[in-house]
Amino acid sequence: MYIPHTKNDKEEMLKAIGASSLGDLVKQVPSKFLRPKISLPAESLDEAQAAAKLSELSKKNRRPLSFLGAGAYERYTPAVVKAVTSRTEFLTAYTPYQPEASQGTLQAIYEFQSTVCSLYGMDYANASMYDGASSFAEAVRAAVRVSGRKKIVYAAGMNPQYMDTLKTYFAHSPEYSYVKVPLKDGALDKAALPDLLEGAACLAVQTPNFLGVIEDMDGVSDMVGKAGALLVAAADPVSLGLLIPPGEYGADFAVGEGQSLGLPLAYGGPYLGLFSCKKEHVRQMPGRICGMTKDRDGKRGFVLTLQAREQHIRRDKAASNICSNEALCALSATIYSALYGPEGLKELAEANAGSAAAAAERLSAIKGCSLKFKSPFFNEFVLTVPGKAAALREKVLAMKGIDPGLPLAPLYPELGETLLVCATETKTADDILKLEAAIKEAI
Amino acid sequence: MTRADKLDNRLSIEKSDPGRRGLFCKNPLRVKAKIPANLRRKAAPRLPELAEFDVVRHYTRLSRLNFSVDTHFYPLGSCTMKYNPRFNEEAAALEGFAALHPLAHDTCSQGTLELLHDLGSRLTELLGMDAITLQPAAGAHSEFTGLLLAKAYFEDKGVGERSEIIVPDSAHGTNPATASMMGFTTVNIASKPDGRLDVEELKKHLGPKTAVLMLTVPNTVGIFESNIEAIAKAVHDAGALLYMDGANLNALIGLVKPGDMGVDMMHLNFHKTFSTPHGGGGPGAGAIACRKHLAPFLPVPTVKKDAGRYVSDFGDKRTIGKVKAFFGNTGVLVKAYAYMLAHSAKEFGEIAECAILNANYVAARLKDLYPSYSKEYCMHECVLTPGADLAAKGIKTLDVAKGLLDRGFHAPTVYFPLIVHEAIMIEPTETESKETLDEFIAAMRDVHAQGAADPQALKDAPVTQPVKRLDEVQAARQPNLRW
Repeated sequence: MYIPHTKNDKEEMLKAIGASSLGDLVKQVPSKFLRPKISLPAESLDEAQAAAKLSELSKKNRRPLSFLGAGAYERYTPAVVKAVTSRTEFLTAYTPYQPEASQGTLQAIYEFQSTVCSLYGMDYANASMYDGASSFAEAVRAAVRVSGRKKIVYAAGMNPQYMDTLKTYFAHSPEYSYVKVPLKDGALDKAALPDLLEGAACLAVQTPNFLGVIEDMDGVSDMVGKAGALLVAAADPVSLGLLIPPGEYGADFAVGEGQSLGLPLAYGGPYLGLFSCKKEHVRQMPGRICGMTKDRDGKRGFVLTLQAREQHIRRDKAASNICSNEALCALSATIYSALYGPEGLKELAEANAGSAAAAAERLSAIKGCSLKFKSPFFNEFVLTVPGKAAALREKVLAMKGIDPGLPLAPLYPELGETLLVCATETKTADDILKLEAAIKEAI
Repeated sequence: MTRADKLDNRLSIEKSDPGRRGLFCKNPLRVKAKIPANLRRKAAPRLPELAEFDVVRHYTRLSRLNFSVDTHFYPLGSCTMKYNPRFNEEAAALEGFAALHPLAHDTCSQGTLELLHDLGSRLTELLGMDAITLQPAAGAHSEFTGLLLAKAYFEDKGVGERSEIIVPDSAHGTNPATASMMGFTTVNIASKPDGRLDVEELKKHLGPKTAVLMLTVPNTVGIFESNIEAIAKAVHDAGALLYMDGANLNALIGLVKPGDMGVDMMHLNFHKTFSTPHGGGGPGAGAIACRKHLAPFLPVPTVKKDAGRYVSDFGDKRTIGKVKAFFGNTGVLVKAYAYMLAHSAKEFGEIAECAILNANYVAARLKDLYPSYSKEYCMHECVLTPGADLAAKGIKTLDVAKGLLDRGFHAPTVYFPLIVHEAIMIEPTETESKETLDEFIAAMRDVHAQGAADPQALKDAPVTQPVKRLDEVQAARQPNLRW
């Protein structure tokens, strides 16, 4: 309980109100609904008891040496990120509705937007969305609004959870159709594009794609443009320390999962939806946007702007219903990017690619295992394994406490028995040797 | 705040010095991947080049420019800016929770799954509901999930198209925005002069096309919908569903079970009622709790207990699917669970009672200067107006808000609800003491005195903040959104 009121306080306050009891204040509630029987534990826990209970629960989670990726990446979170984001002036503030008393949050949002624009090579970015999946869904919605079309063409390498989320966002209407561009050696089959793009609202592509493959986007935006469609690109922000940014290959909207910028895995959230666009689409951007302006004395300041797109002004005509976003996660990602800087992010990206390359080399040399694709990959790759991949994963986990990666059969049955193996900069040579030995022993 | 704090308003990029380094990543394997040159970016991203200490100082300075719950009373109506217990932060940061990959095998995630399962069961009990999803990332995201449930429910029943969502004009903007995002038509109905939903008006609009009535309880004027039973009956008689917007649940928690009142589904905001911090705008976490008839449509996965183990349950074919990748904002849910453990049912009831007491106390002590919109006792928040004296001097609600900033208080929510002219919506929450409220009341009275004596001075407020009133028109006309 976190209530300061003493009995005396309550009495004095009731007296000032002119009420005889607390019951007086809730007379508008029909009495039959008041104070129902609630079957919760009769006693609450004190802080020490609660700490013990939560510690015990947290220890029931096992922490294997993990090679899982598939849209959420193991990163080291720098001490400075933790220290600054736990400053309660950031932590316990709300949306900067009173800009004069919220310049800290506002400037941080402006710097976040700038960071996203720089990484993705795009013109504008918003103040964040819930996560990569919902950001992606909103980008496709925007592309549908801009193009006035309802056919959504997507690469088979799009994260399946992003596609599931998108389909949920459009579930209200059967008019939307989805056309999948097949894989060619794990990448977008560009030869198939011209036919498939006819009448399309957009092409949605992810690179590095869900299977880890880096897409060669050369010529894609021309084909998309010829069809009168828009290009929606999803990209991992850390990969952009090294790889061509979406702005350079002509993306209209570029999105990503900001968890990759040092946020804890936390079983799926809170994460960070990155959302950016070309200048001409700025009024289609969902969510909050911060802009720089001047105060009455001409001094630099920041405000929320272009609010005529938003739900609290436009109500049923708003671009999106989003209100709360992921501001603190955005701050975390901004600090992470500032700490590493352009050189550090490049090092991080190189280290990711290097770890995965090293793991791929060792694992593909195991008898019965091989790389599914020859295409270049970033920090994860598809490994064909002998026997059932799901059974292999369980065996390696049970025997050695190592999670070798995600079995892909439920998502991509056409790929056969495969694991999606991820190695970020957190993996050492020894970790990879352990994984290799464990798989060898299990098969 | 020091003078230096006020003066150095450079961006991080403006402090950048080429070649300066903060953190390094020393490639642990010393392997360089063979990524072809045509896939590599040519120019490095334009990010600041700073030393680690520069970054610390830069963002520490920014933090000091903010008002926050920890530093200032923050009576933002409808936002429930209560104390965010430090303990909850520590719980969520426990390595076992924080480092768990969302695709971890169920044998590795038993602790988190148990926590989520227990949190869900306790919540359904508190709310008088049968089932729950914890997947939505926020309140608006929950509304979206709720309307999807309705859509799936009516399709499953095969009752033909129900295309309308009824929303009172006092509702949060997210209600109509969500309805139209889902392809529904929003039917707005005018509230009665007392701020309540007009049941007779409602009945006129209910019909075979009505899918859902979205109702905020207590409403945004801060009063309870006393006719809730009649409302629920009318909605159900029309074959429609009653959705409760739970943004104001802090007034009811432990005091009333929404399920008892005929609510079919409702959302809650963990960052409001369950004390998780707002983080400058997020992350929040949401939930939809529902009655049995809507349970089969909930998003997947949910958590199920099966033979002593907790497993992710992917439901049956009728699920609406996923509204978000992975499970939900689990890190936030751990904080909410820590809060849950700290309260018995009775103690939850005290939260609601003291929230209501605080709001009525503020309203009572200010009624001579700032008349309440409602003539009745309010629930957890009161909606005031600047009053005739200030209006006569040309003082607007905005001026009152800015005057409060100069007196060390965050402003209430202003100009909302839309049905109240010049609204000042104050939600003190239960965690503020009588002393703080007395100081706030004194500040409100002082603002009034200044407005009456020297209206121009109040129109110039704030003068103590890092910046004065900002040019929002220029910001919108010539957008400068990045470096």
